Amino acid sequence: MKLTLYIWRQKSRTSGGQMVAYPLDGISPDMSFLEMLDVLNEQLVKKGEEPVAFDHDCREGICGSCSMMINGLAHGPERGTTTCQLHMRSFADGDAIYIEPWRAKAFPVIKDLVCDRSAFDRVIQAGGFVSVNTGGAPDGNALPVPKVDAERAMDAAECIGCGACVAACPNASAMLFLSAKVGHLGAMPQGQPERQTRVRAMVMQHDREGFGHCTNISECEAACPKEISVEFIAQLNRDFIGSTVNATVK
Amino acid sequence: MQLDPKVPGGPLAEKWSRYKRDQKLINPANKAKYTVIVVGTGLAGGSAAASLAELGYKVLSFCFQDSPRRAHSIAAQGGINAAKNYRNDGDSVYRLFYDTIKGGDFRSREANVHRLAEVSVNIIDQCVAQGVPFAREYGGLLDTRSFGGAQLQRTFYCRGQTGQQLLLGAYQALSRQIAAGGVTMFPRCEMLDLIAIDGKARGIVTRHLETGKIETFTADAVVLATGGYSNVFFLSTNAIGCNVSATYRAYKRGAAFANPCYTQIHPTCIPVAGDHQSKLTLMSESLRNDGRVWVPRNKSDIGKHPNEIPESARDYYLERKYPSFGNLAPRDIASRAAKEACDDGRGVGPGGLGVYLDFAAAIDKQGEARIREKYGNLFEMYERITAEDGYKQPMRIYPALHYTMGGLWVNYELMSNLPGLFVIGEANFSDHGANRLGASALMQGLADGYFVLPYTLTNWLAEQKPGVTPTDHLEFKRVEAEAGEKLKKLLAVKGKKTAIELHRELGHVMWENVGMARNKQSLEHAIQRIRELREEFWRNVNVTGTDADLNVALERANRVADYMEFGELLALDALTREESCGGHFRTEYQTVEGEAKRDDAHFCHVAAWEFTGIDKPPIRNEEPLGFETVKLTERSYK
Repeated sequence: MKLTLYIWRQKSRTSGGQMVAYPLDGISPDMSFLEMLDVLNEQLVKKGEEPVAFDHDCREGICGSCSMMINGLAHGPERGTTTCQLHMRSFADGDAIYIEPWRAKAFPVIKDLVCDRSAFDRVIQAGGFVSVNTGGAPDGNALPVPKVDAERAMDAAECIGCGACVAACPNASAMLFLSAKVGHLGAMPQGQPERQTRVRAMVMQHDREGFGHCTNISECEAACPKEISVEFIAQLNRDFIGSTVNATVK
Repeated sequence: MQLDPKVPGGPLAEKWSRYKRDQKLINPANKAKYTVIVVGTGLAGGSAAASLAELGYKVLSFCFQDSPRRAHSIAAQGGINAAKNYRNDGDSVYRLFYDTIKGGDFRSREANVHRLAEVSVNIIDQCVAQGVPFAREYGGLLDTRSFGGAQLQRTFYCRGQTGQQLLLGAYQALSRQIAAGGVTMFPRCEMLDLIAIDGKARGIVTRHLETGKIETFTADAVVLATGGYSNVFFLSTNAIGCNVSATYRAYKRGAAFANPCYTQIHPTCIPVAGDHQSKLTLMSESLRNDGRVWVPRNKSDIGKHPNEIPESARDYYLERKYPSFGNLAPRDIASRAAKEACDDGRGVGPGGLGVYLDFAAAIDKQGEARIREKYGNLFEMYERITAEDGYKQPMRIYPALHYTMGGLWVNYELMSNLPGLFVIGEANFSDHGANRLGASALMQGLADGYFVLPYTLTNWLAEQKPGVTPTDHLEFKRVEAEAGEKLKKLLAVKGKKTAIELHRELGHVMWENVGMARNKQSLEHAIQRIRELREEFWRNVNVTGTDADLNVALERANRVADYMEFGELLALDALTREESCGGHFRTEYQTVEGEAKRDDAHFCHVAAWEFTGIDKPPIRNEEPLGFETVKLTERSYK
């Protein structure tokens, strides 16, 4: 396959960036998208140029590192697919492909296609956990969990924290990410004691990080490589309102 | 070199409780006076950092990824073993212990393995309390399934993403401690070297991957939880960033490296598609619960569509050779059997490097919906990569490098021979002998981090006066400068080949000569080739950019530089272990049926390598393995 890539190149957080064109030849349709970029990078290094920086690690769709807008779509054209799982057979010979980093105020670009997603970590630190210390846990079967609840929790817990939901959202809101954690822990009995405080603390941190508000556009669900449902956002809103009311009435 | 395993006295089943009974304690108010560095945030590192901070220690946690949640434990699919006996199928701590010892081909330390089996039950409880969404039965109780090397159903799981859910549990516990101030987190921060003063670990040198800033950190103890070294083979199931650098640098600073030749080749990976391949993707071993492995009986059927090959012309070789374990034979055995079939010219797919994993029988019996429920994400992943539908035709699989049982030598307390340096998870050598059983890596990582290290580290720190070495100490400055110079040297070569090209060449040498089957000749050839490649690397590598900002080419080159040395140590260990055991298969040492033939008279020991200087042969130290409880037998899964 023969391609023309237009890639966002940016030296550092503070410098400006621009799209740079790179013609590329000899790409096999069996390559993954990142392997195609590996080929480009090898060629750039051989020419003495700096390779394109992008985040990637597991290359099997689970670590959530890879993060790029491909032709304006987070993780590219395939549904339920991370960039590393996207294969070149999804493109046609002669295609022009535009590759950019996630764009959101809360995700500043560090270099080329790499952005800073530490805001997600801080949102989890605000309350995305069950406060149990190691040791002293009761027997795993002491508390039965209905299968449907465990399955629902798992549906939400599959979130890989890649940030595609933010990149796809016109408001750059992280509500799908947030609701996935709130939904996961909220579906499990172990998550109940902190359910009300958790949702408030996490929403507050979300807003502090500069993510936008959710206006139910649902682009996030379409972009999510794990196809997490916006139903969890509805659940989050319910939890948030209930929790706020409870806190106020007291 | 002194290698004292420090195994407590008493009967095997009581050693750990005796240890805990006798261990020294530190008053809660005094714990905050101790600083502990934890490198790596996978299951072992993440759980350790969180648990140590809960106890009150001041913890500094490091990872090279942009977030601690991305460590490669996240990719583990199948499950986690625990001797809960919820199934009433005869499981017990002893049985899990015995299966693990036997699975490891009698090359691990009895006391460590027994402790692992003991704490396995606590891990499940802990993870459930954290809200990990384990698979459940309709009655609400925990579901389990079976895994290779066991005739019981003791594996707990979260769909095909058990590693992800357990890691997120540890990550959330860690996040809670970060928010509480107990842990200071340093993401995008790679350890470049270990600082040892007077034979004691005192700190680390790191490079901040975004700014390029090289810094030193000082502590009362250093914990390495930096994973395995499968990527020395270039193609493996590891993440691209996984590397040997932290443990290898520690080795060069005096820590013994044990059994590097024990590498595990996983039988169910998606076969290589072409030269562009950057990594291999694993399909969980749990698939072997319902999938049947076969190749055509006759070479004349190669090239035909698998669905056109009649039942009678198929060779279900695992069921044929190992009737009692069948498709659930341990990984090393299943991998070698696949290689044998392909060497025999009956392999399928590109290059004849593949065997079939067939679900037709399971789909017939249980229905497609049930199979989809159990393995849906794996089938999807397979289709994405190969463009073939596993429900309609058998999958193609082939063995690939997956896990490394070898690692830094540690005693019963998980401390290396360098006082103050603790090593946990895949990075140490201790629990899996020469072969790891499926669903035991998650168990070991979490056992070490949640339930072993918090005790043993406390016991050791209790005897140390709190107080760290100031970072302006001469040795800190010296090691820091050395690390910086090495990067400058890499940038100055300006040769013709990229680090990835040279890494691929190294991987090829390793796979061909030090892979599934090894012999004296191939190993000697490998050592020779690795030396040539290393020489070429330092003469001909091309690293662009600078060391003062985010430079992916430099990061990679710096890791490959270590592989170029470490590969030789691995081959040397394989050469000097003149027997076959578990994942280490020397063609000279096999039974008439082609199974691994151990030599207990000469090799029932751990080989712990001691660094003596660049280009000087390392010293091979031995820790004898005593078996008080189990009897050494030929491992049979027939």
